[in-house]
Amino acid sequence: MNQSIPSGNLATLEQAQQLGLRPEEFEKIKEILGRTPTFTEMSIYSVMWSEHCSYKNSIVWLKTLPKKGEKMLAEAGEENAGLIDIGDGLACCFKIESHNHPSAIEPYQGAATGVGGINRDIFSMGARPIAQLNSLRFGNIENERTKWLVRGVVKGIGNYGNAFGIPTVGGEVYFDDCYQINPLVNAMSVGIAKVGKTVSAIAEGVGNPVYIFGSATGKDGIHGAAFASKDISEDSAKDLPSVQVGDPFWEKLILEASMELLETDAIVGMQDMGAAGITCSTSEMSAKSGTGMKVWLDKVPMRQEGMKDWEILLSESQERMLVIVKKGMEAQVEKVLEKWDLTYNIIGEVTDSGRVQYYMNDELRADIPGESLVLGGGAPVYHREYTEPKYFKEIAQFDMNDIPDLSFTENNSSEKSVQSVAKFLAAHPNIASKRWVYNQYDSMVGTINQTTNAPSDASVVKVKGTDKSIAMTVDCNSRFVWADPFVGGQIAVAEAARNLVCAGAEPAAITNCLNFGNPYNPEVYYQFVYAIKGMGEACKKFDTPVTGGNVSFYNQSSDNDAVFPTPTIGMVGLIGDNKKHMTMDFKNAGDVIYMLGNSKNDIGSSHYLAHYHKVQYSPAPYFNLDEEHQLHKALLGLINGNHIESAHDVSEGGLFITLLESAMHRNLSFDVSTPLNKQNLRTDAFLFGEAQGRAVISVKSNNCIQVESYLSGLNMPFEKLGTVTENTIQVNEVNFGKTADFANIYNNSLAEKLA
Amino acid sequence: MKVGVLVFPGSNCDKDAVWAFQNMFGQEVVELWHKDTDLQGVDLVFLPGGFSYGDYLRSGAIARFSPIMQSVIEFANKGGLVWGVCNGFQILCESGLLPGALLHNDHQKFNCKNIYLTCESSNSQITNKIKPQSVLQIPIAHGEGRFYCDEFTLTTLKSNEQILFKYCDADGNISNDANPNGSLENIAGICNAGRNVFGMMPHPERVVDAEIYNTDGRILFESLLQLVEA
Repeated sequence: MNQSIPSGNLATLEQAQQLGLRPEEFEKIKEILGRTPTFTEMSIYSVMWSEHCSYKNSIVWLKTLPKKGEKMLAEAGEENAGLIDIGDGLACCFKIESHNHPSAIEPYQGAATGVGGINRDIFSMGARPIAQLNSLRFGNIENERTKWLVRGVVKGIGNYGNAFGIPTVGGEVYFDDCYQINPLVNAMSVGIAKVGKTVSAIAEGVGNPVYIFGSATGKDGIHGAAFASKDISEDSAKDLPSVQVGDPFWEKLILEASMELLETDAIVGMQDMGAAGITCSTSEMSAKSGTGMKVWLDKVPMRQEGMKDWEILLSESQERMLVIVKKGMEAQVEKVLEKWDLTYNIIGEVTDSGRVQYYMNDELRADIPGESLVLGGGAPVYHREYTEPKYFKEIAQFDMNDIPDLSFTENNSSEKSVQSVAKFLAAHPNIASKRWVYNQYDSMVGTINQTTNAPSDASVVKVKGTDKSIAMTVDCNSRFVWADPFVGGQIAVAEAARNLVCAGAEPAAITNCLNFGNPYNPEVYYQFVYAIKGMGEACKKFDTPVTGGNVSFYNQSSDNDAVFPTPTIGMVGLIGDNKKHMTMDFKNAGDVIYMLGNSKNDIGSSHYLAHYHKVQYSPAPYFNLDEEHQLHKALLGLINGNHIESAHDVSEGGLFITLLESAMHRNLSFDVSTPLNKQNLRTDAFLFGEAQGRAVISVKSNNCIQVESYLSGLNMPFEKLGTVTENTIQVNEVNFGKTADFANIYNNSLAEKLA
Repeated sequence: MKVGVLVFPGSNCDKDAVWAFQNMFGQEVVELWHKDTDLQGVDLVFLPGGFSYGDYLRSGAIARFSPIMQSVIEFANKGGLVWGVCNGFQILCESGLLPGALLHNDHQKFNCKNIYLTCESSNSQITNKIKPQSVLQIPIAHGEGRFYCDEFTLTTLKSNEQILFKYCDADGNISNDANPNGSLENIAGICNAGRNVFGMMPHPERVVDAEIYNTDGRILFESLLQLVEA
């Protein structure tokens, strides 16, 4: 074993702190190495032990999430992304990841490289991406900076994803003041692999060569991982070199090359280079295999001259891959890389030293036990303290009786009329159509998107060559999580599952993107802990294990509060027979409209309350996990029995918006009334409350008896609301006007704000 | 019919085209790699959508110089059938096989959505089964799709009946509102004077499978294939 001491200046505590390490962490490094680290070594630790790479403040709680399940082929933490068995010898590989901090200061590149990174996680496992989703959150839409961020993020996602050539099939966009400084950009990718043909991020076989291929390495994104691990401040713009620059054309090339490489028998292991670049990929791969690695940094193809060893190590230049190749099979590999005109080089070899050793021009610059760098190895693990947030007291004081109910007798031109509130909500940017956004994404390339012409609550894509479809969704109502982290965490999972079920899919597993504020703030950490507990409970109930994802802390400005706790859930599910795909649109006038679940006298944390009445402090809406589960089973039973024409869950904007969304697609309408046994129900709660566990279905009149007896047999509560019509919208015999007029508001309000 | 689908490194609708010809219409398909020059005796060359070489410059501006395109140009000039969709259309214009150019959309944004087309001429091998003035719903997905040409060229296109498709609304009205990118006179697709080279921005190959609930693109393929079988 090489016992020589690396050359280079020794690091100081001050430098360590500047790079985000804590004094006790610096001491721990000295202990591990038995000496003071060189500057290069300290830089390596600073990124590998950053929150972004090490999960040091979250892993204790992440481990409490359920991760076992029948369909799981790779459990959380085992691979770059989750992997589930979908039958026919195929596996579905999926993951969600944040790119919040880069997007906050350079929205176009920040968002674009987020898309690039998440897709590499998928294809570096040997799965070809087939669909993408994203979850975006911005501040007030009236604010000019918000508009700049939205335009930049959407263009970045579009230009990258469109050129890369994988359809963007779904997502969500929210606006709330809490995201003013710190927007959230979460990107999800879903891929398909052949079972047994996936590849791991491992470095086995002493003497095997280590290849880098893809883009050349430049100075962009150095310390990006450390940058993502602190609050956004005025000075953040000075961190601009921390933001990487994306090139979707190169991404396409390395995708195709990676797929072809895996057709050869030459590949031992593969990993993409994301956060912490060469450092992270080399140390993680060797640590995972219990081997070591020698890396010759001067062999790395570089974009510019004079790069320092630590710059090469920490560069987060995009579109780069690391592969370990079976010795003697180099020619096969190089043939593929040359076919795709990729830059490549052998930059190292696998050793049995247990150490990662980085050389520059034959001079040893860093020599570190690989295990000491990584999650599950020597990286620090912290138990953070948490205390109940003080604002809970204000929430507890909310009394619905302080809010005047809406009245049907109000003149319909009055701002207080039910009709006006309905229009206000239809135009609200969180509720209105996001077509201004998604029309900028290629949603149809690949010719598998079933929801372009047949919309459903979840996006549904065909698995070509089979009768199956995969349904997918991203969901999180963060206001609910803020109001009650435990219940809000449960609801995020429940809503995702409900969306899949309404599309006819059996929920299978989740990936999550946990966006929170500063974990050293005990109130923020309370939100984190309880959101995890809630998510875990719900995942167990729905049998949807957590396959992984990412944690993004420090989503707050230095002088402002944290963003709403936002544990975005990405969920996938399976439709065994793609003819069972259920859609959300009403089909025929005369069909009967039911709501499954009970109307509740509840307006807690609804859009109506928060945005129409501008009440910030109110409890999370009604939620019951068992009832929710029962609803899902009932919906799947109805769909699989071919009993219903449409299914759409009640969520943002409440029942009225649900009905409107079902009516608009075919320019139909509806005539509904408060159920007879619910005469004490508040009008606002009936139409605009966001109590959970509800979905609207439409049924052909001659199927009603069957549906009602089926639901009664399951003890599933339901309310008969009315019928689908071709006339104007009627609620409790009050005329709301034409569906087309609402559609005009719903379809165009976002474009009017952003154009 | 033996179909050759061109594959540039940045093509991303190539597999959709192969799927359509092969799985939906049972044709023999070969992929033609951009670095090759052999067209392998195909009856039709199909240029798919995508971003041929990244297209950071002008879409198709580099692709026209690729080795395979030299063979395609030669093939077309001898009367061979060539059909370009989206990026394929852009490349055909850049190569001079079709007149005009495709500029950035007037709203400067990439735009992917269902649009409606009317068939302006049934006198071509991809439109002969389409009833004149009938309306098809076919998606677009492009950032540079605004067809433009000079007045003389436009007059020639009209007098030769080279305009195959125009953007319209669901009822077939050709209006500004129905124009998704600012194309001159709503032009969405054209052919050359010899009527053997076709280019269009909308993607018929994306709407041939009933399992994704729209088959309006099938009639173009049926038009094309019927001719060869006859």
